[in-house]
Amino acid sequence: MGILVKDVSKRFPPSRGEQEGHLAADNVTFAVPRGHLVALLGPSGSGKSTILRIIAGLEEPDTGEVLLDGQVVTGHPVHQRGVGFVFQHYALFKHATVEKNIAFGLDIRKWARRNVRERVLELLDLVQLRGYEDRYPSQLSGGQRQRVALARALAPRPRVLLLDEPFGALDAKVRRNLATQLRQLHSEFRTTTIFVTHDQEEAIEISDQIVVINRGRVDQIGTAEEIYDHPSNKFVASFIGNVNVIEGYVHEGVLWLGANRAHMTPVRTSLPDGEVVMLVRPEDVELTSGVAIDGLDGVVREIRYRGDRYEQEIDIAGLTVRAVEVKNRGRAAVRHPGQQVRVRFTRHRIFDVEEDHAAIRAQLESLGYIE
Amino acid sequence: MSSVDTPSRGSESRVYALRPWVAAFARRIPRARGILIFAVVAWFAVLILLPIGTLVRGAWQEGLSASMEALGAPAARHAFSLTLGITVASVLINTVFGTILALVLARQRFCGKLLLEGIVDLPFSVSPVVAGVMFIVLFGSDGWLGRWFESGGIRIVFALPGMVLATIFVTLPFVTRQVVPVLRECGLEQEEAARTLGANAWQTFWQVTLPSIRWGLAYGVTLTVARALGEFGAVLVVSGSIIGKTQTATLHIHQEFTDFHYAGAFAASLVLAIASFCLLVFMELMKKRVEAGRT
Repeated sequence: MGILVKDVSKRFPPSRGEQEGHLAADNVTFAVPRGHLVALLGPSGSGKSTILRIIAGLEEPDTGEVLLDGQVVTGHPVHQRGVGFVFQHYALFKHATVEKNIAFGLDIRKWARRNVRERVLELLDLVQLRGYEDRYPSQLSGGQRQRVALARALAPRPRVLLLDEPFGALDAKVRRNLATQLRQLHSEFRTTTIFVTHDQEEAIEISDQIVVINRGRVDQIGTAEEIYDHPSNKFVASFIGNVNVIEGYVHEGVLWLGANRAHMTPVRTSLPDGEVVMLVRPEDVELTSGVAIDGLDGVVREIRYRGDRYEQEIDIAGLTVRAVEVKNRGRAAVRHPGQQVRVRFTRHRIFDVEEDHAAIRAQLESLGYIE
Repeated sequence: MSSVDTPSRGSESRVYALRPWVAAFARRIPRARGILIFAVVAWFAVLILLPIGTLVRGAWQEGLSASMEALGAPAARHAFSLTLGITVASVLINTVFGTILALVLARQRFCGKLLLEGIVDLPFSVSPVVAGVMFIVLFGSDGWLGRWFESGGIRIVFALPGMVLATIFVTLPFVTRQVVPVLRECGLEQEEAARTLGANAWQTFWQVTLPSIRWGLAYGVTLTVARALGEFGAVLVVSGSIIGKTQTATLHIHQEFTDFHYAGAFAASLVLAIASFCLLVFMELMKKRVEAGRT
């Protein structure tokens, strides 16, 4: 096993005016097999960076332990752990050249001068910065700085590579470029890697596995497909990808949606009576013009053209549901606002409201996933 | 438009024909600004240039040989070497402790930190003479620390240790005040990066922290040197100003002056002034590096 995080908890001391400190990690347990690339995905403030820093030894956990290659490293000082760490804001040594930056970890380990030079050039080739040896960090662009930081972290051949929001400070194009480069570097070296991100697309694009972190807890671990198609709870479902959150009510096994429940075609469920939420991804909302036997009656309210697809807002008896239709699928005929449609949910998930529904809604709203 | 433009351009070119640089000057600086600049230059001349000029003239008045002779006198030589020694000692001590103090203030969280931060500046606001008196009370024959040292055969007041202590006190804030903001600005990430790359705390300090604060530190040290060279009040009180023993350069100048040995006073003053000027130039260079390091 490459990295094992076992029952790790961490509470920060309260700042002024706070009753108790922020619980950044709450009994976190997960494992990263050797050679894998795993994303810690969660909204900002969810504790994912703290967990990464605990693995590196930059923070000490209150309880629990961290194992690297089967060896307990909790309590070991940072500099003896053999981790490579990449910071969001690069953290390059400003007073040193690119070469000196990359050589730092090697010089500390007392490598021979010739080997250091060789290794530095090798890494500069890998991150495509050959010829920049004598530049200072202030003379580089953000993307170049982060590549130097990556080279510096990889130079001493660390046991694990940890990246804390590595592309967070870069613009979209550079970000995509670097993400691809990271993926390539990983498939070449197979260094066990964890990277922290709040960007679900980035996580899906780069990682073998995703660990979804929410409020200091692990909500789900799985591949991108598993998490997208079988989210373990409402938060995960909403955080990964777009989703319609539809409130409803179960009565004697029958699901009623929206405020005007009487107008809905009932769906059967095994959930006990009570309030529920149904989550439907926009691409799972199927629209048909004309008459169909099952489904709900809706009216097209708004159509937005997105190049490769149409995004539509459908009004179903007072409920607003977003639907996405891919262009050129034949039946995705051009619709117009005010048009009557039949709405079917080809796939959906129903969660009962055992948790504080309002709190979850507020969280989703603050993330911009629902309006 | 052109009818308004043409005559003004004509008059301007007439002035230009007369005195090119006057015209250029007049065009750049409107009258109000001209008056302001003149006032500043005049003020500067009366307060700074005139006294310096007088100093140089005074040193030359009785001939270069008289000045050199006065500087070569044993009392003068002793005074300068004493000043140099005290400066070196207090700069060394204040650099080390000032840096440690800055690290604690910038990096640690503890109760009473705000109070400590305020106290660091105390030497700026306390009169040096008062500082000298405090040291006499504490380290004099009747002071409780002084009694303890004297029982061990070490004399603090009216001797070199007291003078060094007094100088350290008055120059205490300079290094810390310069280094703390630089440390805060650098943040912790570079040091954390060094730790993850395998550097222990000691290596991190020497190879990452120190290089990133070097210009701030150098600036603080320069200010410390300047202040230590020129210190008068505190040293006067704790030294007793014993000729050839505890008389520093500034005390020597004062002595020469009160004894009507103007040549000696002027010559010694000039030496100190030149030293200060060199420091000033050095300081400006430092300041530029500090500012460059920030961007």
